[in-house]
Amino acid sequence: MKTRSESLLLKIVAITVAVFVLAPLFLMFATAFKSDEQQILRDFGNANAFWVSPWDMSLDNFREVLNNTTFPVLRYMRNSGIIVASIVVIGIFVNSLAAFALARMNFKGRNLVVLFVITLIIVPTESVAIPLLLMMAKVGWVDSFKAQIVPFIAHPFSIFLFYQFFAAIPKDLDEAAYVDGASRWRIYWSVIMPLSLPTIATVAILQSLEYWNAYLWPLMVTRGSNVRPVSLALAQFFGTPPPIWGDVMAFSVLMSLPILVIYLAFQRFFIQSAIGSGIKG
Amino acid sequence: MNNNRTAWTMLAPAVGMVGLFIVFPFLMSVYFSFTDQRLLANANVPTEIVGLRNYQRLFEDGVFQNAFFRTATFAILVVPLQCAMGLGAAMLINSKLPMRNAFRTIYFLPTVMSMVVVSVIWASLYQTEGFFNSALSFVSFGTIPHVDWLHNEYIAMPALVLLSAWQGFPFQMIIYLAGLQGINKETYEAAQCEGATRWQEFIHVTMPGLRNTHILVGMTTTIFAMKLFTQVQLLTQGGPSDTTDTMVRVIYATGFKRGEVGKAAAASVIFFLLVLVISFIQRKLVKEERAIQ
Repeated sequence: MKTRSESLLLKIVAITVAVFVLAPLFLMFATAFKSDEQQILRDFGNANAFWVSPWDMSLDNFREVLNNTTFPVLRYMRNSGIIVASIVVIGIFVNSLAAFALARMNFKGRNLVVLFVITLIIVPTESVAIPLLLMMAKVGWVDSFKAQIVPFIAHPFSIFLFYQFFAAIPKDLDEAAYVDGASRWRIYWSVIMPLSLPTIATVAILQSLEYWNAYLWPLMVTRGSNVRPVSLALAQFFGTPPPIWGDVMAFSVLMSLPILVIYLAFQRFFIQSAIGSGIKG
Repeated sequence: MNNNRTAWTMLAPAVGMVGLFIVFPFLMSVYFSFTDQRLLANANVPTEIVGLRNYQRLFEDGVFQNAFFRTATFAILVVPLQCAMGLGAAMLINSKLPMRNAFRTIYFLPTVMSMVVVSVIWASLYQTEGFFNSALSFVSFGTIPHVDWLHNEYIAMPALVLLSAWQGFPFQMIIYLAGLQGINKETYEAAQCEGATRWQEFIHVTMPGLRNTHILVGMTTTIFAMKLFTQVQLLTQGGPSDTTDTMVRVIYATGFKRGEVGKAAAASVIFFLLVLVISFIQRKLVKEERAIQ
């Protein structure tokens, strides 16, 4: 008896939490598909805010947002795509290579470099943003992709994640390859990296989320829509009065869709990366 | 010898860039905090060393103290809430609930959403004619008057806390889930044999078993809360009456909007020191715990 009522209670709580989590997302999707702005405002005041009936669904908001030339949403998404892909792809090589040297090679000063990298994890970007902006201005990188990519390629926390994983791989693996005459570069590329796919996924996901959602740095370093990322663009679209809720929500849906699709396809890796980022600090 | 050279070649790109884009700007921050550096340098007025003047001025007008106090308030409210929500959700998923994986997938969703999108969605919920106000007047039969969630001095901060916790709790949930799975199953069985209630089980088995996880989650969440910026910038701009101002906002407004780099650098240095202190406390607590075991 006790267990039956207990399991019923569990189900009720679990569903309540699911409603709490999903309701705001339903609101975003439902509003994006409603064409009548007056109706949207009326619906905000009741439970209809979270629902749109399938035969009332309209793509008008999406059409409007996609045709908006002052806020070219596809261009912003492309900008963010370029920035995120560059940081992630180049970053994986740069950071894993450094971690490989630290975890699998003996050289003078190694422990010092490890300590240096771990110490730097603490430094928040926010506390170096202003001098970094002056540096960018000095070399003429303001309002460029470079300013949003290059400073973020080397990432102490990613180096640390790779370092941890590499250090746990048995040493005889690359010793055997080394005796066979393989160079350190070859061992890195053909022995260690193929074993590290889960860590590569973790690092890629953490970095992608961070820079797809970047706000403070682009706010300081971009000027026009040429290189502006999508998160900042949505913030500015939302901040331009009066807010047209249907359009704002359609913009939000477009921006969230790629991440949601990738999340649903690779959720195991997302959860793994959350555990990975928990060791931080 | 050869080994040394290969290792440093492999390290060079990462160490070089970290040095150039983290260490160097950090040192610049410290240096600028003692000068009257401006964002747009005036060729006729050379930058001078001004000693501790930036730090004095930072504290004179009370803006920074207020921002510190408000950020701390945010942290004090959001950290326990978010951790409790995370732990609760983790325990649900760790129980004998049917379709646990489906629930886990759903619960994790808010964290993959951008904070900008989350702010937009919650802004609509917080409208004067929005859902929260109608729900309140519905359950109170119209006796509770409409609340201006984001423009009321007492409500704006809790409103920001709620949306931040909604967006952030799945992260704590996952860390707690890993912690729960690390607790020995036999301990629970022993507790049940002795007739412990669910509540006693929670207090005497679950909570002590999560000691290290609590420290880890608590401190990471605190550091994260200290960086509060995006949702404030979008929803309240620090208002009403500066009740939701934050430290990062002061750095941004002083250095970028007003171009007072020296003063912003001083704020950055203090901000960094606060983050550093929290990290040290965390490491010390974790070490002590390990020493006891």
